[in-house]
Amino acid sequence: MKLDESTVERIAQLSKLEFNTEEKVAILNDMNQMLDFIETLQEVDTDNVEPLIHMTEDVNVLRADDAKTTISQEEALTNAPSKDSTYFKIPKVLGKN
Amino acid sequence: MNFNETLKKYEPVIGIEIHAQLKTKSKAFCSDINEYGGTPNTQVSPISLGHPGTLPRFNKEVINYAVKMGIACNAKITEIMHFDRKNYFYADLPKGYQITQDKTPICTGGSIYIKDDKGNEKTIELTRIHMEEDSGKSIHDQDPFNSLIDLNRAGVPLIEIVTEPVIKSGTEAYNYVSEMRKLLRYLEICDGNMEEGSMRCDVNISIMPIGAKQFGQRVEIKNLNSIRNIQRSIEFEICRHAEILEKGEDIAQETRNFDASTGETVAMRLKESAHDYRYFPEPDLTALIVSKEYIENVKKTLPPLPNELYKKYKNELGLSDYDASNLTESKDIALYFEEMIKLTTNYKVAANWVMGNVKSYLNQTASTINSFPISPKILVDVIKLIDNNSISNSLASQKLFPELIENPDQKPLNIAEKNGWISKNDSSELESIILTVFEENPDETARFKNGEKKLTGFFMGKIMKASKGTADPKTSSKLLNQLINNEV
Repeated sequence: MKLDESTVERIAQLSKLEFNTEEKVAILNDMNQMLDFIETLQEVDTDNVEPLIHMTEDVNVLRADDAKTTISQEEALTNAPSKDSTYFKIPKVLGKN
Repeated sequence: MNFNETLKKYEPVIGIEIHAQLKTKSKAFCSDINEYGGTPNTQVSPISLGHPGTLPRFNKEVINYAVKMGIACNAKITEIMHFDRKNYFYADLPKGYQITQDKTPICTGGSIYIKDDKGNEKTIELTRIHMEEDSGKSIHDQDPFNSLIDLNRAGVPLIEIVTEPVIKSGTEAYNYVSEMRKLLRYLEICDGNMEEGSMRCDVNISIMPIGAKQFGQRVEIKNLNSIRNIQRSIEFEICRHAEILEKGEDIAQETRNFDASTGETVAMRLKESAHDYRYFPEPDLTALIVSKEYIENVKKTLPPLPNELYKKYKNELGLSDYDASNLTESKDIALYFEEMIKLTTNYKVAANWVMGNVKSYLNQTASTINSFPISPKILVDVIKLIDNNSISNSLASQKLFPELIENPDQKPLNIAEKNGWISKNDSSELESIILTVFEENPDETARFKNGEKKLTGFFMGKIMKASKGTADPKTSSKLLNQLINNEV
């Protein structure tokens, strides 16, 4: 399978990223190489093999329902590039998407 | 084409998604406080802020709550399941994905009973119930240049309850959501407050010519902050769709917002550039296994469910549909009534007391039955006093009841005796009262003797007044008729 530029654009759009033509060419090349690699793996017969979801056989690793405060509001906002004393600030959005 | 004409030609097909915030103490995947209304960005941690390198840990109470709901809806509980990531970028979703269940929802199938437009029982089948986390909250109207983000809600546990497309009208939708909210409240897993957003609904609606097999183009309605608005939005959409179809045009696949001030829906976004959420299994959380024993244990903790109680009251106790619905509206009232009917078989009178005096007291004092002073046992004692004609119904309700509110520990009989409210069954005492009434009202007495039967009410009123309400009505009316014939 080979990808074309429209797939790169679609993925860029989903990732909220923008690329110029040169970058798109490079990305397309990289992505196709990755797919070639996967193609090699696909030679293995995986019929009747359940997909592996978890790397551990542990199940039900759960936490008791206890509430804690671990950081302050000030700490929560520390790393934000834009904020006031209460909120994270982001460029104006009107309704979702 | 008006609404009724539309319904003669077109058949609506409606499915509803309910997001219910679970009232666990902490969030789904970290220990942040799960509470509405906190100071913004104080109920957060590196996990809910989506900082790199953090790992989620799942709150076991969320499974408990979801399984409770599954059992209550008679759904199949999934034995082995995992979480999935739903990927999208939005500022109130700091990780860039929502942890949800795509492939293995904790419950599949199941159903609940509602009333249809004619009041008949109807089954609403569920597709699934799955567990997921809530996003943070975006505030668009406080700052002219920025949107503000509060992440207190990010990571709050939700269950999403999805119906099959089997709902046929705004009324059915109203009844379905009311019933679901009642169930969530009975189970005490969600407070069902639509204004605060602890319960949120999305409606999927299409219409098709009556009898058609192929569903019409579906539209999703969001921003429905009350059950009434769900119904209004559906009725608006049905007309809007019909108008478009009548013009021979196509309905756009889109999400629409309901505007409660106009009662109309407004297009929000087109679904053409459909989202690609790129779901994949969440690798940071282990698989979950819900055993049969676990389900059995949860079953033992379930309270009586509203529909069971409703059927019991209607079918076994012989109460009317109205009474049975009214009594089961809230769990606490129903449980109070349950205590009463362990002690009396006079179900109708018990129901009347709960729905009458008790409920109006609760309304007037804006209180709940949990803080209601009179115990079910004492109230049953009052009913017994009425049953054996010791006190009249009106004295019990107008005098004894308020007195008991003030002195809930005293025996109703003692209070009634002390205040002279015990009915006078004693013929000689009643006789003298009636004779005095005759003496004081000679004209009416003469007319009554001459057969003017409609004066019975007049005399009964006088007798009640003279006895301060304690005259037993049956005995009095019998005596009244005997004595009038002896009058000269």
